[in-house]
Amino acid sequence: MTQHGSNQPIAAETRPWLDPEAQPFISIRGITKRFGTFTAVNNINLDIFRGELFCLLGGSGCGKSTLLRMLAGFEAPTEGQILIDGQDMAKVPPDKRPTNMMFQSYALFPHMTVEKNVAYGLLREGKSKREAYARVAEMLRLVKLETLAKRKPHQLSGGQRQRVALARSLIKQPKLLLLDEPLGALDKKLREETQFELIRIQESLGVTFIVVTHDQDEAMTLATRIGVMNEGEIRQVGEPREIYEEPNSKFVADFIGSVNLFEGRVEAAAPDLMRLQTDELGPVVTLPRSGLSRNQRIWVALRPERITLSRVRPDAATNVVSGVVQEVGYMGHMSNFRVRLDGGRVIRVTQSNRLRDEDPISWDEPIFASWSPAAVRVLTE
Amino acid sequence: MNALTRSPVWRGTAWLFGRLGLSGRGLVIAIPMLWFLVFFLVPFFVLGRISLAEPRIALPPYTPLFERGPDGSLQIIASLENYWFLWEDALYRNAYLSSIRIAVISTVFALLIGYPIAYYIARSPEPRQSILLLMVILPFWTSFLLRVYAWMGFLRREGVINNMLMSMGVIDTPLVMLQTDFAVLIGIVYTYLPFMILPLYANLTKLDSAHLEAAADLGASPMVTFFTVTLPLSMPGIIAGSMLVFIPAIGEYVIPALLGGPDTLMIGRVLWDEFFSSRDWPVASAVAIVMLVLVVAPIMWLQSVQNRRELD
Amino acid sequence: MARGWFLPVAVVLGFVFLYAPIISLVVFSFNESRLVTVWGGFSTRWYGELLRDRQILGAAWISLQVAFASATVATAIGTLAAFVLTRFGGFRGRLLLTGMATAPLVMPEVITGLSLLLLFVSMELTLGWPAGRGLTTIIIAHTTFCAAFVAVIAQSRLRDMDESLEEAARDLGAGPVRVFFDITLPVIAPALVAGWLLAFTLSLDDLVIASFVSGPGASTLPMVIFSKVRLGVSPDVNALATIIIGIVAVSVVTAGVLIRRRAKREG
Repeated sequence: MTQHGSNQPIAAETRPWLDPEAQPFISIRGITKRFGTFTAVNNINLDIFRGELFCLLGGSGCGKSTLLRMLAGFEAPTEGQILIDGQDMAKVPPDKRPTNMMFQSYALFPHMTVEKNVAYGLLREGKSKREAYARVAEMLRLVKLETLAKRKPHQLSGGQRQRVALARSLIKQPKLLLLDEPLGALDKKLREETQFELIRIQESLGVTFIVVTHDQDEAMTLATRIGVMNEGEIRQVGEPREIYEEPNSKFVADFIGSVNLFEGRVEAAAPDLMRLQTDELGPVVTLPRSGLSRNQRIWVALRPERITLSRVRPDAATNVVSGVVQEVGYMGHMSNFRVRLDGGRVIRVTQSNRLRDEDPISWDEPIFASWSPAAVRVLTE
Repeated sequence: MNALTRSPVWRGTAWLFGRLGLSGRGLVIAIPMLWFLVFFLVPFFVLGRISLAEPRIALPPYTPLFERGPDGSLQIIASLENYWFLWEDALYRNAYLSSIRIAVISTVFALLIGYPIAYYIARSPEPRQSILLLMVILPFWTSFLLRVYAWMGFLRREGVINNMLMSMGVIDTPLVMLQTDFAVLIGIVYTYLPFMILPLYANLTKLDSAHLEAAADLGASPMVTFFTVTLPLSMPGIIAGSMLVFIPAIGEYVIPALLGGPDTLMIGRVLWDEFFSSRDWPVASAVAIVMLVLVVAPIMWLQSVQNRRELD
Repeated sequence: MARGWFLPVAVVLGFVFLYAPIISLVVFSFNESRLVTVWGGFSTRWYGELLRDRQILGAAWISLQVAFASATVATAIGTLAAFVLTRFGGFRGRLLLTGMATAPLVMPEVITGLSLLLLFVSMELTLGWPAGRGLTTIIIAHTTFCAAFVAVIAQSRLRDMDESLEEAARDLGAGPVRVFFDITLPVIAPALVAGWLLAFTLSLDDLVIASFVSGPGASTLPMVIFSKVRLGVSPDVNALATIIIGIVAVSVVTAGVLIRRRAKREG
């Protein structure tokens, strides 16, 4: 079971997507899926590498599940091509694909015991019963279910069912495991524990995972890379940090975490700093970025936690605005503020509560909000 | 079930189907398709064709569709005479109308009797709910014919009801109840009452009690709540139950034959008599075709409309 | 509506309406007198007569054979029809099959009976089969309308069933036929048992269709009972009714207890 693990470096460390020479394991080329007049997936191109834990992230109806089902073979693409390990999947039915899937509903066979559920795939491969059940026992140990082998699915808790589903989908050692909202049915605490469990299993088996999820925290924790989807299209592909810090569009910036967006234009690019002009923040200074021209329309994106609130005006001449605290939400480790700027715009700010005996900023206080040039992200679309 | 899937017959069948591979899909469609085509759809064409024939004393008792004329040419023998006969004779028109009338009245009565029962069962706590439900279904599993027969013993001149009323001194002379339209109504309501209760129950039990509590909270009395919340929400159940009573009632033969009098006209009975007593197969076929067009087709249309509405 | 006297009274009257005739049937089956509704002392003589009545026993045997055969074939055909309609997506003739599999439910029995008889007569004239009418023709007729009932039950179960169960089995390497036998059938099995039982009861109960399509020498139990009661009430029919009611009550209660016990065990 662990034969892949130790001798092969894991994708999270080698980051093969940075190497233009690297051969992708899965190639999705121009895939489109239409149901009648509705386009569920629209011309998607995507390469995924061996050993990756790739997350498809998006709201409901964004086409992420349809894409996953096309990889598994349950839906046929209207246009385009899917290659897995160099092999075209167009004519390969689901039962002949080198993939397995973990279903959102788990889809455990209700009339079979845990053991039989897990053994099902091996027996279809023509393995002998003895061999199959030996492997099943080993797999059940990996997911810590060895004592429940003879139970039926309805006698298990939600978390246990989830692990049976995982064991069943891994038993055939697929080259690619597809997971449809694998943690969606678990409660919050269990979900957090299970996230790390999934990563442990994925790394120890060396299987490539593609996970569909609507939960951005889950995607950020699990993924080597994330593909953000909306209306059947992939809006951005990147490592979690990249998606958060360098969103390529207003949509992605707003979808991942929360963000304050301000419309503006480019005023001048100095050698070390760039000057922007916005209606709501006034002049804004940021680090220079190539590809922008003077007077180009842009949006300034500021994450709430990158803004600092203070009662006295900071020394800097730019990147400071004044306003009044409108609301405070105390969360314990941090506080959320809504600040009404003098121009009337309300922005979101979060401040971590690092000191215990600090005199906290409160309702209706006039304050200054400031940020460093490096905190500003300039978006063009 | 596992013992079954391990059995050699089962595995053999599975293997055989597997061998057939992709053509299996066509085969799987073909089996039910052919069965229903041959034994359900084709018979209606035969029915239609014989309704155009003339009766004759022979085997079979109708004229063939094609006949060689004296000069050897093929002639088609078909006439609408049977339909004209149905139109001319008031008996048939009255039978159709009377069937509809009896079916409508019994459906209304079944609803009036069934609704409180269904409502009560749906609001009962377990295990009373299951037991009452079982008691509603139980008569359905016993023979339909015998349940109708039971009413013969109840309604006849020397029957249970007359005996009871006379011994209590309510009446002096026995009431005539058997062999009346009234007896037919009772028989239909009695027989199909479970068909009314079950869909109503299924509907009412899904009714969220929060709706009722919300209505009460907003100041509606129980009566007002019933008429403004429960009744409108149970409309799908009322429609389903009414259909299940109305449809078998309209073509009923057994109940009018056993409980009705000689003058109780119902179209199912007319068809039966035309076939078995008069041995006039073409006229019986014409009665059936008219019934299909006037009664069955509208019901199927209504049902498909209803289904489509539920899907939306 | 929940309080007050109206509802309980209506319910009690409703159940009296449902059960009084049945109870009187049972009571008078133990009546010594031939006059069914006049009490003449306790007796089991009508049961004795019933057991000596070769016509009734023969008809009961025929009815059981017909019901068993048609329920079984109807379950197979109805399940296939339901599977095709819920799992095969679009195919040519889909609408036709939908119509043909639901229309028998609303078809008056007299029409079904007459049209099938005319079919059998025409088939015999042109194809030479079926030769005469009897057991076979009744089984075919019953199978057809019972299959429609099974198809309805099976379809609703198949629609409720989580389709990802079947996809999961495909995903784990089972071909479509294998999936049907390994997953679909076992999961919908309880609905098929219910469908079979319903078909069995419907077949056992049918008078009208059987009367049309049967031939001499193949009278089902309802046909014999009908010819008896048409002439008036008859105490041995009461005895027969009591036996049938007894069998039904015992099996329904047993089934109820079994289901309850199983539900408790599976928690």
